[in-house]
Amino acid sequence: MSKLLKVDGLLTRLHDGTAIVDGVSFDIAAGETYALLGESGCGKSMTALSLLRLLPDGVENSSGTMVLGDTALHALTEREMRDVRGGRMAMIFQEPGLSLNPVMTVGEQIAEVLALHKDMSGEAAKVRSIELLTQVGIPDAARRVYEYPFQMSGGMKQRVMIAMALAGAPELLVADEPTTALDVTIQAQVLQLLRETQQQSGMAMLLITHDLGVVAENAHRVGVMYAGQIVEQATRERLFAEPLHPYTQRLFAALPDARRSGQPLSAIPGNVPPLGSIIQGCRFAPRCDRAWELCREQTPELLAVEGGREVRCHLYRNAEGRVQAAETPPLPLAEERNSALNTQHSLLLEVEDLKVHFPIRKGILQRTVGQVKAVDGVSLAIPQGRTLALVGESGCGKTTLGKALLRLNPPTAGSVRFEGELLEGEAHRNRMQMVFQDPYASLNPKMRVAEILEEGMAALHIGNDGDARQAHIDVLLDKVGLARDSKWRYPHEFSGGQRQRIAIARALAVSPKLLICDEPTSALDVSVQAQILNLLKSLQDEMGLSYLFITHNLAVVEYLAHEVCVMYLGRIVERGTTAEVMRAPKHPYTQALLSAVPRIDGAGKEYVRLEGELPSPANPPVGCHFAPRCPQAMPVCARTFPDMTHAGASTHDVCCHLYPLVPN
Amino acid sequence: MTFIPVILWSDALVFLLISAIIAATVYVRKRPHLRLPWQRVARSSVAMVSMLVLSCFLVIGLLDTLHYRVALPQAGSGEKVYSPEVLSVFDHLVGPLRTHTEKTYSAPFALHLYAKESMNDAQGNVVRDYPRLQYGGAHLDDVSQRAADVAQRTVGGMLAGALVGLLLAWSLRRHLKQRAVQLTLVALTAFIGALVSLAAVYHVLGTDKVGQDVLYLSLKSIRTGLIIGTLTTLVTLPLALFLGVAAGYFRGWVDDVIQYVYTVLSSIPSVLLIAAAVLIMQVTIDTHPEWFETSAARADLRLVALCLILGLTSWTGLCRLLRGETLKLREMEYIQAAQAFGVSSMRILSRHIMPNVMHIILIALVMDFSALVLAEAVLSYVGVGVDPSMISFGTMINGARLEMGREPVVWWALASAFVFMLVLVLAANLLADAVRDAFDPRLNRTEGGA
Repeated sequence: MSKLLKVDGLLTRLHDGTAIVDGVSFDIAAGETYALLGESGCGKSMTALSLLRLLPDGVENSSGTMVLGDTALHALTEREMRDVRGGRMAMIFQEPGLSLNPVMTVGEQIAEVLALHKDMSGEAAKVRSIELLTQVGIPDAARRVYEYPFQMSGGMKQRVMIAMALAGAPELLVADEPTTALDVTIQAQVLQLLRETQQQSGMAMLLITHDLGVVAENAHRVGVMYAGQIVEQATRERLFAEPLHPYTQRLFAALPDARRSGQPLSAIPGNVPPLGSIIQGCRFAPRCDRAWELCREQTPELLAVEGGREVRCHLYRNAEGRVQAAETPPLPLAEERNSALNTQHSLLLEVEDLKVHFPIRKGILQRTVGQVKAVDGVSLAIPQGRTLALVGESGCGKTTLGKALLRLNPPTAGSVRFEGELLEGEAHRNRMQMVFQDPYASLNPKMRVAEILEEGMAALHIGNDGDARQAHIDVLLDKVGLARDSKWRYPHEFSGGQRQRIAIARALAVSPKLLICDEPTSALDVSVQAQILNLLKSLQDEMGLSYLFITHNLAVVEYLAHEVCVMYLGRIVERGTTAEVMRAPKHPYTQALLSAVPRIDGAGKEYVRLEGELPSPANPPVGCHFAPRCPQAMPVCARTFPDMTHAGASTHDVCCHLYPLVPN
Repeated sequence: MTFIPVILWSDALVFLLISAIIAATVYVRKRPHLRLPWQRVARSSVAMVSMLVLSCFLVIGLLDTLHYRVALPQAGSGEKVYSPEVLSVFDHLVGPLRTHTEKTYSAPFALHLYAKESMNDAQGNVVRDYPRLQYGGAHLDDVSQRAADVAQRTVGGMLAGALVGLLLAWSLRRHLKQRAVQLTLVALTAFIGALVSLAAVYHVLGTDKVGQDVLYLSLKSIRTGLIIGTLTTLVTLPLALFLGVAAGYFRGWVDDVIQYVYTVLSSIPSVLLIAAAVLIMQVTIDTHPEWFETSAARADLRLVALCLILGLTSWTGLCRLLRGETLKLREMEYIQAAQAFGVSSMRILSRHIMPNVMHIILIALVMDFSALVLAEAVLSYVGVGVDPSMISFGTMINGARLEMGREPVVWWALASAFVFMLVLVLAANLLADAVRDAFDPRLNRTEGGA
């Protein structure tokens, strides 16, 4: 196969000489998808930007060759490069909301590309824009072409971005985390669109992602990046069948999933090293459990192994090493878990028909003209020492529900009982606490760790004198696995995972019985996510904590949760034990959600395609909220909202007309 | 005792400010995370050069703040009587500059007045000619000697100054590492040396209408400018900080009230508002002459009142800025985490929000400072600024503008006010720029992570 893009020895440095991309070489054939896989800070995006020669100030490409077709990209002048960008090579960015100009209609933005690279203007450009929008699956394209980005949803915007990228008919499409900012169902739509487009146009694609599932579904070949270097390169099948590099192996092992739910995840200790901190030896050696002397002394080369694979590891230097390498630690066996509701556990939290409505105010007198029904009649119960996962797409009201329990949002109606006692006002703040999503935003940068941990205790009058509190802080830091002397440091001195540990310690400072975890791992890398999940699990075992785990990551749910509630547009549509909901979903929405998750072992599975996007909670559809998107909708669905019925087991409830109430 | 120290209102406020700055420095020095951005400032040559220039102005301003009254010769009754004239240490140091007043205008380095007078010549005839100055270049016999004398004094002064500068740079070499800063230090001392040696015998920047040395006037104006710049921001700051942060955090009716107040306030033409307030204040002061022992005390109170009025009318910009920033901060998760613990609103404001808007305040303060120095000049020009007896850039310009139409033009008073203000404000702005860069987390991300 002739190669369309050849990158050889690409070296990109900061102006102070630190290598961000250090000798990366790969090639992509036409019609092929090459995935660059790695955690944040590994230099994936910088590789893509080097390729387009769009590096930020202070970063420069110091050596290496990049050849697209027969054009040497590294030798082009800036002026010639402008013809290549958007024309022969296009890029899709992570955040669709930020990559479209908000004051231009989408038609104008596509026409701009057409005018530059296809010399089209006026009527011809408009016709072509509509064609392109239709091609990327935007309904009613002839009208949509006059719309502004703010009138479109996230998934739509990403489709427009793809249409813009396709406008120049590129030979190579660089997609930098194209679905990270999107919900799973939308992600599945966009990924499928990318696959179809590639089949039609035969373009090559460089897919940059941290998500192993996305790689498994889309890539033909994969390069695993670590600290600026490619550490392993192989076809997708071979990589997933038998990862060679210890880092890749650990990355796979760190993925939470149902088979490992009984035991701790094999987390990679530590963090990705800061750029340029390791000059000598293997960059993964400090975190590698199989590193030996040589790994610290000598920098490994990219070795060719049989089957066209390449790996940067001393284990594969000779036949002996290969034998050694073959002894990969066996994946933990699937363990059947007793996940049925255990009656020994008394109920800790009971929520009855909770509603949170936000008024929509308009006009000069701020009259209420409507209600956003963010949470619309939710009932749930969490037993002592158990984990309830609340699953749903963004905008379904799951975070609002969590905050309403803590009275950060005032509930409109409904009751909350804690240990059988009806809660009113704010007196229950020492019984439940919250761990927030973004560890970078949830710690005040101007306060030291000790001050952060002490604040809650001071506000709730726990531990009256300073010494008692300091002693308590030491205990907390031990519990979450941080050194005691770290309490005199500031949050910016810690990595994302460590910050999340601090956030957990802060919540635990007031000895709550229930922790509301709002997507606590979604801002973290896979290897660090495993560390945090292990910590949460061990804290639960040790202290008998209950968790309300709010997430959209279904793999985490399978690993951590005992019970699951699936939420759609402010209401719970299905609930049951993890095994029931995850293995045998009843509600069409749960089925679609589960099938949309890219799986690393997901070859040949059936995909329930979900059309459209989440409707606005200000104006929910009449009848069943899911009916307009439901592949199995019946006439009755558009009329009445279904009641909660048992589906099979007594613990498994579902809200769907497909499962009518059985009179007994 | 031959003198009695006098502490005017503005002096007291300056001393208060200095002690606050010293306390803040001690506080910051002990905390490495607060010290870090300042160390970044210290590493920037632009910041250090402008700091050096600015510190010259500050030293002059401070010397001019130490006021005293001299005891008059005993009148016999044994009771000590002090002169009604309030002098400052600065006045004492520049002694001859203050006392060597000519009759009227004279050009820089001139030996003769700028206006003809009737004089009796050696023969006793009355002639109209430019008379010799009483002090300026009095040691010379003839104009022809002036060029050589000026050159000689300039070179001598520069050499002496440069020598002092080199010694200083050498002794401070651990603190001032940048070559640019060392060069500036030497150049500055050389310049001051030349100025000192020339000013002793010439009117380097000429004299004004009543014969006062323009260099002296310009140097005296520095204190007025600095006082207006700093005291006014001190009035602005608590108002803007408290109201802005409260409006942003509490939202609802608190936000509405504060927003209406500052929208209305900023809609009133500010010069009009200030003029009205100044006139009221002036009438009050004029009807109570018994409040003041000296005319300097009266002029000084007027200055302080002007600062107060300027401060009360100019807090809206910073307030709006802080409200916007607080709106952003209140949605941060760490604020919600604090709310989840039931931390009181006042504590959230003081522990979580204020420290995180500090960088904005710092930058706004320095920016406001330069705007206010310029505002004083404009207000005095309009006639609602400082007391006419108080020397300031505004009164200098106001006095000089009448002579702009004169032929040949009297340009030096205006030009020196212009140059002094330019250098002062430019130095302050460059420093503010460097400080903002040092405090901007986006520009210092790599360093912060390490």
